[in-house]
Amino acid sequence: MIRITDHPFQIADAVAEFERQSAGAGAIVTFSGLVRPQSAEGDVQTLHLQAYSPITENGIQQAVDAAQEKWSLSAVRVIHRIGDMAPGDPIVFVATAAPHRRAAFEAADFLMDYLKTEAIFWKKEITASESRWIEPRAEDYRDRTRWNQ
Amino acid sequence: MATILYFGKLSSIFGELSEHTPIPVKIVDTKSLREWLDQSRGFDGALLHKSVRVAVNSEIVDDPFPVSDTDEIAFMPPVGGG
Repeated sequence: MIRITDHPFQIADAVAEFERQSAGAGAIVTFSGLVRPQSAEGDVQTLHLQAYSPITENGIQQAVDAAQEKWSLSAVRVIHRIGDMAPGDPIVFVATAAPHRRAAFEAADFLMDYLKTEAIFWKKEITASESRWIEPRAEDYRDRTRWNQ
Repeated sequence: MATILYFGKLSSIFGELSEHTPIPVKIVDTKSLREWLDQSRGFDGALLHKSVRVAVNSEIVDDPFPVSDTDEIAFMPPVGGG
């Protein structure tokens, strides 16, 4: 259910595969994150991501376990890219299936907030003028705290 | 030989993601390993920063944690999010 890969993936394929896996669900929510073409530093040429297996996968699995404890989910899928990506490339795919929509929406949102702030990834943005390692934004941390209540 | 992994900005400073190196006999734990690598690899204090976590054989540990010459030791700066 969790895949960290240095190979490009197609969102349409991931959606189709998840739909097959979650046959019988009443609601499926999918989220796809793409490499943004612009940053504060200019046009993005490459986004480079590192992970540390199996610590990265174990952390995501704990977040998936927490989501499954909190909501009634029949299936969860997380695909995350590592390596070099170009603007427009998919970075992350999160899919949740549940009997009803609210659980699927909220669980996907919860998992993305985990992935944006706590997941074990290191991210380097390369523009024409510089390359820099980036950290989560303040709003990413604020989003994450919504689930602490 | 131990395997040392450097993630994030540490990999940029070192120029590689990993190295295989014999650990000197006097290095017995993660704290002394940090200090030795920081000095000998030109990290200039970056490895000593409190925000850099260390993992031994894929388990995040607190300094000082015992290390041996067959371990995989990873230095992990703050994560960047996915």
